[in-house]
Amino acid sequence: MTPEEETVRNSSSTEVQDEYWEKKLEMEKKGKKLFKQQIFLDWCKGCGICVAFCPRKVYEMDEMGSPVIVRPDDCIGCRFCELHCPDFAITIIKRYPDRRRRKSDGS
Amino acid sequence: MIAEITRIRHKYLRHDKKFPHVWCPGCGIGIVLGSLIRAIDGLGLAKNDLVLASGIGCSGRLPAYVDFNTLHTTHGRALTFSTGIKLANPSLNVLTVMGDGDATAIGGNHFIHAARRNLNLTAIIINNQIYGMTGGQYSPTTPYGSNSTTSPYGHIEHAFSIADLAVTSGASYVARGTVYHVPALDKLISRGIEKEGFSVIEIMTNCHTQYGRRNEMSDPVTMMKWFKDHAVTTTRAKKMSPEELKGKFSIGVLTDIDKPSYTEEYQKIRDRAKGREVKS
Repeated sequence: MTPEEETVRNSSSTEVQDEYWEKKLEMEKKGKKLFKQQIFLDWCKGCGICVAFCPRKVYEMDEMGSPVIVRPDDCIGCRFCELHCPDFAITIIKRYPDRRRRKSDGS
Repeated sequence: MIAEITRIRHKYLRHDKKFPHVWCPGCGIGIVLGSLIRAIDGLGLAKNDLVLASGIGCSGRLPAYVDFNTLHTTHGRALTFSTGIKLANPSLNVLTVMGDGDATAIGGNHFIHAARRNLNLTAIIINNQIYGMTGGQYSPTTPYGSNSTTSPYGHIEHAFSIADLAVTSGASYVARGTVYHVPALDKLISRGIEKEGFSVIEIMTNCHTQYGRRNEMSDPVTMMKWFKDHAVTTTRAKKMSPEELKGKFSIGVLTDIDKPSYTEEYQKIRDRAKGREVKS
């Protein structure tokens, strides 16, 4: 399975629509953007570039030497890890993208 | 929803090939591959209009992972194969990926003459300062005083600069980037592909397995921090004194001149021979 298919499968999550919009609007009020990190561990070799260079220390190494997301809310979306990952294993996406429609809109 | 950068990348990668790729954990060639893909996508080039040729070495594996017309050639002769492709079909965009040993040691002669002719090619030279694949022997770009398998007491020869060699040989576009400065590297590569004439992009890459391990930089993070500390942009380098610049290297566009390329001139000769143009 490719990471592309993997992410497509993961994105069809069972989030409740209203809860999603509640959170999205709350974050908009605060003026904070949240990002979601995805690490495709099948391709990751554990070089440690993402762990060392992340400006907000989102990742940490576990005892097996692979990166773990420990502070996902601190991510500022600079995409340093995504650009510098030599194994194409990291994807950064917006956690509350604008594409979803509100249930109450009817359409 | 897949992020834009990841979407671009998976449009061009061949998933039927064995992934993860063969390079060491943290190898800069993977970063260069990503940068190359983004540059090509940014220019909107079709997959069939592109040829990616490579020589031998770690960088020789790069074309296997992308879905263009690719060619894996003999050692040092990547540029000669590219010359043939370009002359046979000048409408193609020919990119050549080489390592430092491939471009300047074994294929050094081909490199300077391709630059002198000003063929409309793009040469991407991945400089990891050592012969990485064969076991860490010193290459023409190994810095003075550093250790390698064949120089265990320190290297006594002086390194030469690939970018400066290309400038003096007559290339129209010469740039240098590192794997730490990736957004800048994307721009340098896409400008190099666009440019009419011979364009050289030298990319400083980390080889922590063979070079770094023998020179107290045994992991990719230390090597990338070294690039961060020692790289100076060309505009800043002009203001600095030679003493300050000692041990550092400049990144950015080193030369960008317009002169008629070989393919252009050759087309004129062909037209004249066919009598399409009146002799003046």
